[in-house]
Amino acid sequence: MRRIVFVLSMLTIACGGGPADAERLVVSLSNPRVAITSNFVGDKLVLFGTVEPDAGKTGPPPAYDLVVTVVGPRQTLRTRRKQRVLGIWVNVDSREFVRVPSYLAILSNRPVAQIASPDILRRLQIGLDNFLLPQRIGPDIADTVRDDPFRHAFVQLQSQHGLYRQNADAVTFLTPAVFRAAISLPADVPVGNYAVDVKLFVGGGLVGRTNASLAVTKTGFEQYVAEAARDNGLLYGFATMLMALFTGWLASVVFKRD
Amino acid sequence: MPVNIFLVLGMGLAVGYMSGMFGIGGGFLMTPLLIFIGVSPAVAVASVAGHIAASSFSGAINYWNRRALDVALALMLLGAGILGTATGVWLFTVLRALDQLDLIIGLSYVTLLTVVGAIMIHESVRAIIRAYHGMPATVRRPGSHTWLHGLPFKVRFKRSKIYVSAIPVWAIGFLIGFIGAIMGIGGGFLLVPMLIYFLRVPTATVIGTSMVLTLVTMASATVMHAATNHLVDAVLALILMVGGVVGAQFGARTGQKMRGERLRLLLGLLVFAVGLRFAYELMVQPDDLYSIRYTEGG
Repeated sequence: MRRIVFVLSMLTIACGGGPADAERLVVSLSNPRVAITSNFVGDKLVLFGTVEPDAGKTGPPPAYDLVVTVVGPRQTLRTRRKQRVLGIWVNVDSREFVRVPSYLAILSNRPVAQIASPDILRRLQIGLDNFLLPQRIGPDIADTVRDDPFRHAFVQLQSQHGLYRQNADAVTFLTPAVFRAAISLPADVPVGNYAVDVKLFVGGGLVGRTNASLAVTKTGFEQYVAEAARDNGLLYGFATMLMALFTGWLASVVFKRD
Repeated sequence: MPVNIFLVLGMGLAVGYMSGMFGIGGGFLMTPLLIFIGVSPAVAVASVAGHIAASSFSGAINYWNRRALDVALALMLLGAGILGTATGVWLFTVLRALDQLDLIIGLSYVTLLTVVGAIMIHESVRAIIRAYHGMPATVRRPGSHTWLHGLPFKVRFKRSKIYVSAIPVWAIGFLIGFIGAIMGIGGGFLLVPMLIYFLRVPTATVIGTSMVLTLVTMASATVMHAATNHLVDAVLALILMVGGVVGAQFGARTGQKMRGERLRLLLGLLVFAVGLRFAYELMVQPDDLYSIRYTEGG
């Protein structure tokens, strides 16, 4: 489903405290509020934007590169590893990932490795390999090397669920200065606020930066049930129990045979 | 987690049919089925508790109307059952934090189902052979005294016409409550034989009494699981309940037409097969050695 609703009031304009010759970036999301209903199967949002060169500059615009990073609400998750012990498969080892994005998308117009040097990519946390995913290691919380087996498995599992993604052709330049980026959300997208960070590069250097935000909310019966289960566990339990007794009683009445 | 409503409803009907036919709650079939279609074991166990509460309540009403229910015995089993359930829910929470819950649920199923299944097959095959040779189907008769009857704190249960020590009554109630909370089973298929063989409860009151115990332990397990682990899926439980109570009514009619030992053989084979399926699941290498569990903010 593709909803393209321009909400101009959501226009976010930022110049960023970046380089002196900063380009102005103007972006707008097609749908800044995503509502999850019972038949939600995922959604596709579009981020539109233009680059406005510095007023003093003349001549044709340079070749721009664009990276959009979408970061969902933070969660703490545990990744577990199974191993065969006495013939059966048991969780033997686990690692906790502390306050990592529940959703993470890195979208660009070409592979990020071609956009900037590895040093800059690491500093700006561009790419799944460079994004900080802190783990609890003993008393410390730190990110590990990118080929750490737990980090690798974690990113892979999240990618399989469509929650982590890196896409080098999700951003298209319609004209040299006008672009669109496609943001895909899977069916089980986490609820919360998402930060959209847009970075503009020219010749491997960051020249502009802006951000936007989008909210994913649940609506309807599902939302009510999910909230009740979390906030009023005891009440919810009693309600479920009463529902069970009622169903049982109803069946004994309906099927009464004498 | 997306599961097909009609699949779950169909499973509720099928399991309800069998539970009506064999006079059991059916939790030991429903929980594994839910796990096999992809519901996480923890949620399956917690939600099935609600489903069993519904079907046993409908059964208990039936037995109450026919006065085939020993209230005093049920109350004593219950006190112990609730203690057992609380202990079970507590252990469930601890194991979940240690990432070993799914393993323990799996291992408990393998052990309990293969052992109980094997005993039932053995016993019913012997009964069938005896019947074939024209001998009476049951050889062992309740009535003889065992060491359990020598224990202190004796209590008289009028409706069941038994006079036994309170210790085995409490022990059985606790064990059933404990197993039920961890495995998501009502324990009827364990409780009925235990009451008959250990306490010599007459068959007239045994099923009704067992249903009351199942009802209360499962109802309290539902509440406790919801309050402590937030794992009960009310929508899933409701679909199961509706399928289950309807299926049970039809199953009961089929069950009354079948010979007792044939019925027990079928049930034994079923129990044993489910146990083997669990063993297979534990021994085959999983597709992905790594898995993710939300610890907060999920």
